[in-house]
Amino acid sequence: MSVSAVLAILVGVLVAGGVILLLERSLTRVLLGAVLLGNGINVMILAMGGVAKNAPIIGQSAKGDQNDPLPQVMILTSIVITFAMTAFLLALAYRSWQLQGHDEVQDDVEDRLVATRREAEELEDTGADADLEAAEDARAAVEETPSPDDDAALTRDA
Amino acid sequence: MSTAALVPLPVVLPLIAAGVKFAIGPRLPKLHRAISVGTLSAVLLVAVLLLVAADRHGPQVAAIGDWRPPVGIVLVADRLSALMLLISAAVTLCVLIYSYGQGSADDEEGLPLAVFHPTYLVLSAGISNAFLAGDLFNLYVGFEILLVSSYVLITLGGTASRIRSGTTYVIVSLLSSLLFLAAIGLVYGATGTLNMADLALKLRELDPNIRLVLELSLLLAFGIKAAVFPMSAWLPDSYPTAPAPVTAVFAGLLTKVGVYAVIRTETLLFPDDDRVAAVLMVVAFLTMVVGILGAVAQTDVKRMLSFTLVSHIGYMIFGVALGSRLGLSGAIFYAIHHITIQTTLFLTAGMIERVAGSTSSEKIGGLAKTAPLLAILFFLPAMNLAGIPPFSGFIGKLALIQGGAQDGSWLAWVLVAGSVVTSLLTLYAVGKAWSRVFWRSPRVAMPSAAADDAAGGSGSPNDVRGATLGGRDIARGGAMPRLMTAATAALVVLGLAFTAVAGPLTDLTDRAAGELRTRSTYVEAVAPGTVVRTADGSTEGPPVRLPADFDRTSSDAGDPFSGRIPGATALPPRPSSGGRVEQQGVGASEIERGAP
Repeated sequence: MSVSAVLAILVGVLVAGGVILLLERSLTRVLLGAVLLGNGINVMILAMGGVAKNAPIIGQSAKGDQNDPLPQVMILTSIVITFAMTAFLLALAYRSWQLQGHDEVQDDVEDRLVATRREAEELEDTGADADLEAAEDARAAVEETPSPDDDAALTRDA
Repeated sequence: MSTAALVPLPVVLPLIAAGVKFAIGPRLPKLHRAISVGTLSAVLLVAVLLLVAADRHGPQVAAIGDWRPPVGIVLVADRLSALMLLISAAVTLCVLIYSYGQGSADDEEGLPLAVFHPTYLVLSAGISNAFLAGDLFNLYVGFEILLVSSYVLITLGGTASRIRSGTTYVIVSLLSSLLFLAAIGLVYGATGTLNMADLALKLRELDPNIRLVLELSLLLAFGIKAAVFPMSAWLPDSYPTAPAPVTAVFAGLLTKVGVYAVIRTETLLFPDDDRVAAVLMVVAFLTMVVGILGAVAQTDVKRMLSFTLVSHIGYMIFGVALGSRLGLSGAIFYAIHHITIQTTLFLTAGMIERVAGSTSSEKIGGLAKTAPLLAILFFLPAMNLAGIPPFSGFIGKLALIQGGAQDGSWLAWVLVAGSVVTSLLTLYAVGKAWSRVFWRSPRVAMPSAAADDAAGGSGSPNDVRGATLGGRDIARGGAMPRLMTAATAALVVLGLAFTAVAGPLTDLTDRAAGELRTRSTYVEAVAPGTVVRTADGSTEGPPVRLPADFDRTSSDAGDPFSGRIPGATALPPRPSSGGRVEQQGVGASEIERGAP
């Protein structure tokens, strides 16, 4: 099976761009990354159909000289799915913006707990007698509201 | 009417019902209930019929639109599919009834339910489609149907915490879908077919290294769905914030769909690769141990249950990695047991939340007095999950440990040790949660809860609140709605029934495992020894003779791995035609069962 070099390079560029955007913090960029990645994979499926030949319509082209129609059918299905996903992610990003004023993907709850716990422990370790009260406060903070800055939304919900 | 005509119904019925429900709109609540319950009951009935037919007469195959494989789409119900379908239908029906109990108790007949119930039906259609798909692309479509509806369900009500956890879930699932799609593209590029029966024949002809790449890329995509260890971090963060019925059905079924796909990949498509089996063993061990250590550290019941969910996926992967008849049988049994038990536990967690206003074991206590029935409903499945002897968890774990012992390799023994340790730690984790929530005196627990109330009810991030379907705070201390109790009790009884019917059930899973290893049964059922429609219109293809090592039944008696002879030894001649379209004609034209 031979593959067009242009398509192969295009797949590489699209997927690379998609991965970079997926690693971003803002949900809108993540969404764009998903779109790029999806398109890259669609082009890859197209490339899997082999080099371009004639339209696979009986009567218009010779039997041995037709494109494989199956990859195109699959791409069509996956375009529809990607489209629906894009719409949903947009709604999600908008709702996130409505609630929090930004659309950034937030940290895992467990990550934040571990981080605040470590801060509290560090306070405890370094602290002399005068700092003991601060350590107590920090420990209480872990139990009640771990990080008030980026946690406002969470507590507001609860 | 032959039972094969019933195969599409578990997919079609819920989809039609969902459409009808959207058309009716928020009116006529009684009709809505009748449609939902009626549809899922019908699916349950169909699943029973399919299981009986698949067990007696072999795999039931429906070629959609009468397009023959490998070009057309087929839905296949063999023993494994029918069994998974049956248990998922039973569980979705119980959770549906529970959600009606919760909905009416919360007086939410209006808006949110109008979204929840149709979406729930679409979810069940997607699950059925994934179990029945006989074609990789159709499996992808099934995954997408269930994923898209799960996105809607997990962000139901659109509260801040659900949007936060939903974002993680959606992005991770989206990535796994894209990986799956890429894997499908690669498989198609390598073989020119996506029909699983056809792939079982054609993948043998490939270079073993290419086959390894395809296998790993598929396993990667399914591993994310199944929450296997390195790809499991998304699960405990995203599941607990959803409404109780949603979390329950996700925990029970969505990860098991991933496990099912792993089982199919490892048995039908890529049965003979020791390297991957070793990788799966390591991954299974890490999933078990890391997952359960996470569970031990949790104070919130729902989060603790999410971690045990991850941990126990390891048991099923362990069985698949063994690849022997005993191992696969154990994995299937364990999957059925775990679907039921994990769903039940999440439903009871929802009820705890309703009674006590929280699921954090630091804040609540002494519920055994106020809700003794709930204490029993939580205790039984909890002990079942830990694998205390009379329960089905013990039977499943025993089968897997036996499979590991039969395998005999040092890696398998490590896994056996790991599963025993995991089982004990599960007992510790659920025991701790139970005794804190139900057993200890309320006075010890209540001060912090009271302080929390004084602070305006703003809990720690561990506290996952807002359990109504619409995302509002639930009413505290209300009486337990009868429907919720009844549905949970039904699932508890189902979990106990696995012990009562353990004999016939293990026989059935054993036959299912045997069928998985005898690949020619599946291939013959999908492409019966007749002519296959070829792309260039001719009706004849070269006959494919199945090599003797195509099925792995011969190795059942002795060392399970002895059957895994590398496929390259007895290859049928590779078709010489270079083009891809031409290759499609080489399908399972005339299959002869290899004499082992």
